[in-house]
Amino acid sequence: MRIVVPMKAVPDLVEEIDLTADETGIDPEYLKFVLNEWDAQALEEALLIKDGSGAEVIAVGVSSDTDIDQILYTAIAKGADAAVKLVDSRLAGEPPTAGPRVAERAALVASYLSEVPADLVITGVQASDDPDGQLPSALAALLDLPHASVVVSVEIDGGSVVVRQEFAGGRSHELEVQLPAVIGVQSARQPPRYAPITRIRQAMQAGGLTEMAMSPAPVLSRLGVRRMHKPESTGHAEMLTGNVGEVADQIVALLRSRGLLKG
Amino acid sequence: MVLAEHLGNQVSEATYELMGKARELATALGGLTEVLLLGPSELAAQLSGADIVVSVQDAVLDEYLPEAYERVLSQVLAARSPRLLLMSHATIGLDLGAALSVRWDAPLASYVSALEIEAGLVTATAQILGGKVLADVELPGERAIVTVSGGAFTAAAVQPSGMPEVVSFEPTGLDSLRMSLRRVVEADAGDVDISSAETLVSVGRGIESQDNLEIVLDLAEALGVPLSASRPVVDAGWLPKTRQVGQSGVKVKPRAYLAFGISGAPEHLEGMRDAELIIACNTDPGAPIFSVAHYGTTADLFDLVPELVDKVTR
Repeated sequence: MRIVVPMKAVPDLVEEIDLTADETGIDPEYLKFVLNEWDAQALEEALLIKDGSGAEVIAVGVSSDTDIDQILYTAIAKGADAAVKLVDSRLAGEPPTAGPRVAERAALVASYLSEVPADLVITGVQASDDPDGQLPSALAALLDLPHASVVVSVEIDGGSVVVRQEFAGGRSHELEVQLPAVIGVQSARQPPRYAPITRIRQAMQAGGLTEMAMSPAPVLSRLGVRRMHKPESTGHAEMLTGNVGEVADQIVALLRSRGLLKG
Repeated sequence: MVLAEHLGNQVSEATYELMGKARELATALGGLTEVLLLGPSELAAQLSGADIVVSVQDAVLDEYLPEAYERVLSQVLAARSPRLLLMSHATIGLDLGAALSVRWDAPLASYVSALEIEAGLVTATAQILGGKVLADVELPGERAIVTVSGGAFTAAAVQPSGMPEVVSFEPTGLDSLRMSLRRVVEADAGDVDISSAETLVSVGRGIESQDNLEIVLDLAEALGVPLSASRPVVDAGWLPKTRQVGQSGVKVKPRAYLAFGISGAPEHLEGMRDAELIIACNTDPGAPIFSVAHYGTTADLFDLVPELVDKVTR
């Protein structure tokens, strides 16, 4: 069982986001890049399968993503058997965050999977910085594989996977999907495991990250970004002033005035 | 064309929102509003806001099944060539949007909060980075797919005047699917029902760790109300899914909603914006939660919450 987990680096949402001067992209200069949170869930689900029934888990990244080496080595430190960094020469001169959009990224990963097929592809349901859709089903359509997304558990059952696809309000469908297949993970069966920094360093020293030059068919992404901007708030909260104790007093008073506090 | 979503013989509210927008765009472009209905054809009676209902009946379509829906949609899109396909940005839209973008060779705009036509050009506003940034995108060409955030548009008024024209479509390839539905699992009802609480203490990513939950649990206990959370806290496994407020969780409308360390991603705001009183605590003054909150503070939750517990229990 060979499981490939495509991964993406995205701006850390904890940081303040700056836009480029021409307002068509995100300025990477002061940004910290981290693994897309749903890809972290996908990796955990893949590692749970490996722990349970045995599997080879390969983490795959794209070279133009900022800090992707660190992310891939962390995946190895967590238990991935190997990591592959896909290099598309056409992206070489691009600024780091301009990293490929979903269509280009899907073409790149699909081209890798055509060369080195996987039994199962597990990736995050979405990436927080994609305006143009989601990788799992784009990838599946390019490879003509069955897919299911917004999945919260993946278990192997012979030549199939049994997945749980979640809908609003907690209702879900249990699907049996023939392998090979592509699964988009919303959350893993348990929280993503932690890799201590010493083990990440060991992984870096040991290598295990392979670069692969790719030349997928060119993709014409026709989604033109005209402008990016911060949302203008239509309304705004009245900000409570004073020190923490005074703010707490005002909140208690608000609740009390509405009869929401006993006593 | 709008993809109708339905559950338990009821067309979803999101479908009517999409139909309302589709009607507006169709009028601007001089076209018609079509709704694609997969599964129970009797639901066409609930779709009177459309000009045409394209109905595809097959037992395998009664419940959502990704591959079956994708095959039918690919065939219907090729046959009817709509200018736009609108789907809601929930499970089905997330699952099918990008696949149909490849198969129908059309650009896709995802998580859209606004959709307009300017001089014949379709433009959409996509929410990215948890709603912290909006991207205005152009969808040129003859076709495009848009997945729309719930609550972005006003629902179409149901026109009592007669049924829309119903066109049947016969799909092929539904006998060679590579997946099947084993069972439908209803939501777990064992836990607290946060939708019926008068007040909610709600916690987000800002709580940083599972151990820190104790701090907000103390406040929830002091107030005698349940603790709810935004999606990251539930995805991390710190609280059960039944406590999740948002589009993919539970929609709530309490008399007071106290949000701690919640930035206010669109998915979350959709689930709580109708609360009577919203008080938000987030150290980032630019957090989108402040756009829906009535009162806000940038105090650190780790300082504020113990103060509140102290004052409430005193």
